Amino acid sequence: MLRVEHLRIGDLSPLTFKVADGECLAIEGPSGSGKTRILRAIADLDPSQGPIFLDGAERNEMPASEWRHRVRYCAAEPSWWTETAQGAFADTENAESGRLQRLLAALGLAGSLLNRQLSIVSTGERQRLALARALMDDPKVLLLDEPTAALDPQATALVEELIKYQVLSGRGVILASHNRAQIERLAHVRLLLPKRPRAGTTAEHAA
Amino acid sequence: MSYVPLTMTDLMLAATLLIINAAISWFFRLQLEKSIAIAVVRMVVQLALIGVVLKFIFAQTSPSWTAMLGLVMIVAAGIEVMTRQTRPARGWQAFGLQTATLFFIGIAVTGLGVGIIIGPDPWYAPRYVLPILGMVLGNTLTGMCLVLDTMTETASRERGAIEARLALGAHRFEAMSNVLHVAMRTGMIPILNAMATTGIVALPGMMTGQILAGVDPVEAAKYQVLIMFLIAGATALGVVCAGVGAIVLLTDDRHRLRLDRIRKKR
Repeated sequence: MLRVEHLRIGDLSPLTFKVADGECLAIEGPSGSGKTRILRAIADLDPSQGPIFLDGAERNEMPASEWRHRVRYCAAEPSWWTETAQGAFADTENAESGRLQRLLAALGLAGSLLNRQLSIVSTGERQRLALARALMDDPKVLLLDEPTAALDPQATALVEELIKYQVLSGRGVILASHNRAQIERLAHVRLLLPKRPRAGTTAEHAA
Repeated sequence: MSYVPLTMTDLMLAATLLIINAAISWFFRLQLEKSIAIAVVRMVVQLALIGVVLKFIFAQTSPSWTAMLGLVMIVAAGIEVMTRQTRPARGWQAFGLQTATLFFIGIAVTGLGVGIIIGPDPWYAPRYVLPILGMVLGNTLTGMCLVLDTMTETASRERGAIEARLALGAHRFEAMSNVLHVAMRTGMIPILNAMATTGIVALPGMMTGQILAGVDPVEAAKYQVLIMFLIAGATALGVVCAGVGAIVLLTDDRHRLRLDRIRKKR
């Protein structure tokens, strides 16, 4: 369970919400309302004030790298630091297991994609590769920033299936999206961000 | 072999060459007349001043006077590192860190070169200490500036890639390793090139000076080799310190990339 208590990020109004294991929370709001900033703050990639607990442990109780192993942020436009995706997967513990092959298959990606130059891989394929990379070392919570922004309907369906499966398997998921239909399909809880954030914002349980 | 002192008339004669500079600027409308005048006056005044100061200090041969001028040189080099960068870090920490780095490298390398290797009598003889300190500082600061500039620029450009690694749980040194690699190579290349080409295209300034002063060219070459070794070692140390320091400045203890800590591009 991830619990956010009066989290203050820049000029956004303080946020309080929680995401249980096996629950998907969607952050909705127009562009510029702070969706990405919230996800980045939860992953501790930007400075923010206020406690965030994962299973009772506050983020400052552990090294930032440990926190980000458990609370995993996936950027809307993933960047890579290696020539091929293979290089970026090589340092994961489960690289040799069948996990990678299963993830790639679930995302509709061919294994040969790993050895192709990332600069000539399509945006949609890079986005799915990044999701696979994020799942390799078993994070507890996934912070997904527009996970299907660059994808066609078919790939979108595959990614949504995978997200649903991750939720079923007990991971907490926070999804930032402005795709209404996708939120309907995936989220249990919604967090609505006002255009100009002012009053305290808390999660409303939908349905 | 002896050396021929220059008279004022000699210098005036050489200064007439500046008329060519002025004429070119006037003829091609380069509008550099003012800049030429300022540069010439600055050069003459600065060199005359340092000549007088060094003459005074050499006459004293006192460790405290030598140390004082050495400190002034180190602080000036520290300021130079700040002003030469396109995007220096905000605040005084960076300046302090850079000056401290130059201080320790300058003292250590000059101490090794003069105190142990050359071994003049007395060991603090300013005639040896100050020029060598100057050469060590000058080259170290060039290397440091290159590293710092490359670090800030590459980190800004590769922000996404660095944060992707951080988001996957990488340590800040791990996430910045590509940037550090590029920057350290950039910082080391000038001194390596200088060592590889020295003596082929032009004689280094110090060797020329010694030859003009009547020193046997082979002896002058030996001195130049010693200086090159000192400079190369100092530059390598400066490059490492600047690289590691830049990572510490560009990230925080929660392993976040903090590009807000550097100033906007000038």
